[in-house]
Amino acid sequence: MNNILAVSSVVMREMYRRKDFYVLLILTVLITLILGSVNLFNDSNIVRYLKEICLLLIWVSSLVIAITTSARQIPAERESRTIFPLLAKPISRTEVLLGKFLGCWLASGVALVCFYLFFGLISAARESGWPLGSYLQAVTLHWFMLAIVIAIALLGSLVFAAPSSNNTICFVVIAGILLIGRHLHKVAVGMEQPSRGILTVLYFLLPQLGWFDVRERITHNWPPLDAGPFLLALVYALVTASVFLFAASWVFNRKRLQ
Amino acid sequence: MPPVRTNVLALGGLVTAAFSLACALQVAMPRDERDNEPFDLMQTLLGDSRRMFADHFFVKADAYFHSGFYPTIFDNRESFETAHMASDAGVVEEKNKGDEHSFLGQPLDVFDKFSRNFFPSVHTHMDEGGADEGHSHAGHDSGELKEGHFVGDGHDHGHEEVGKGVREILPWLKISASLDPSRVDTYTTTAYWLRSRLSKSDEAEQFLREGLRRNPRNPAILFELARIYREDRKDAARARNLFEAGIASWQKTEPAKKEPNVFLLHQLMSHLAQLEEDANNDLRAIELWEKVKQVAPDPAGPDLHLRDLRDKLAQKSGQQ
Repeated sequence: MNNILAVSSVVMREMYRRKDFYVLLILTVLITLILGSVNLFNDSNIVRYLKEICLLLIWVSSLVIAITTSARQIPAERESRTIFPLLAKPISRTEVLLGKFLGCWLASGVALVCFYLFFGLISAARESGWPLGSYLQAVTLHWFMLAIVIAIALLGSLVFAAPSSNNTICFVVIAGILLIGRHLHKVAVGMEQPSRGILTVLYFLLPQLGWFDVRERITHNWPPLDAGPFLLALVYALVTASVFLFAASWVFNRKRLQ
Repeated sequence: MPPVRTNVLALGGLVTAAFSLACALQVAMPRDERDNEPFDLMQTLLGDSRRMFADHFFVKADAYFHSGFYPTIFDNRESFETAHMASDAGVVEEKNKGDEHSFLGQPLDVFDKFSRNFFPSVHTHMDEGGADEGHSHAGHDSGELKEGHFVGDGHDHGHEEVGKGVREILPWLKISASLDPSRVDTYTTTAYWLRSRLSKSDEAEQFLREGLRRNPRNPAILFELARIYREDRKDAARARNLFEAGIASWQKTEPAKKEPNVFLLHQLMSHLAQLEEDANNDLRAIELWEKVKQVAPDPAGPDLHLRDLRDKLAQKSGQQ
């Protein structure tokens, strides 16, 4: 466990040195503030459009941070050849991978806290209530969803040749799942075999990332989720991320490093 | 490899040629009415595709009206063909079919059932309180959930304050109007909610006048403007002029269309008839109600009203 924590702390330090997070945070703040300054029929209490846009920017930023950070971890170590002295130490490849995962996940979590704090401030400035329970649920679900994304990106970094191709494929797949993932079965029902069967199998195999997207509920002030579905979604995220991490570890342990 | 100077000169030559060609085409192109319109950045950037975006944002406003409970392109949209915020405002005729509460249908599988916890899956309308109202009623004995729709007791939350949540649809309507100024429903729907729930008749009038500048003498905008003068400003004379201008404009433009907007004519005439009735111009009111009867989807209503009005008139003349 100490090995994993040591690797993860290096990953976190690296992320704070890079400018990606700061640039995305500043962009999110600027765009939201500019949109918030628009005069809409002399009514300063209109807030939901701002919440929706701010949440969208947070989601895009978090995906950019999580995917790009995790996709470059192992290729960068290989390219700079620091992977060899690292593996020469008493640390297994699986521990390196888990350390990278934990570092990326924790760093994404810290970034998320900053983003959601800004979101909370914007909401509080315009709305009378501050639904802390809903916000905590949203940030937790979002963070656990990123665990799946990071695990997928780490697996991709071991399968695909270059970080750029891995980034692109991860973005396309994850955006696709988020946009149409939960509708695949509905689409499949209206199709003929074998497309119907293939799409249905795909629907059940793909990670259900849509479960972690509670933006609509937050934007429109719906009450917090019940504890049951909330906890079950978190467990699902951990299990799914573990599956991808296991696959990544299997590939990494069999990979010849040059 | 050619020297840098040659490349720069070649690039300069190409830019000059492109600019000259653009100028020549601009002169050669036939001039239309749009040439007199002020420069519009959206028009320049998006061209006619801005209409598609305008439709998208209009639908987005309707999704906000339902606090996010809205069918996607993968769901059954029969009950959402006409935007509820527009039909509830009375600016368009409702053509929806099916049950608006259950467009999601039965869950197809366990994932589908579970996923419904994570997005809004209860039908509410923003003017009735939206998600806030639905939530606050959930813990009270006075409200109940009927067929997926919250039915409140309607007296304990200050109706006026509750209805103000509808302000949240306005940003999307404003964007929709700026993207497609010829989309009249956007102006009339926005104006209705501004004046009826937010008591912003000045802003509503300003927005309608902007719409009227873009769509001169449009009967639907004239109708909504007349309602402001009649219902908010209590200025019967100006309201009458605007209703009459609306009817005249309708008669000029609509009959030639394949599907004339008879619903709008009915609205214009019935409101004018009611105005005349309120002003005790009974003979003119009877004349107008007769016309309303001809265009009403169900003539029984105006017919009954006419009988009452004639009885009232007979009583008046009997007393004299």
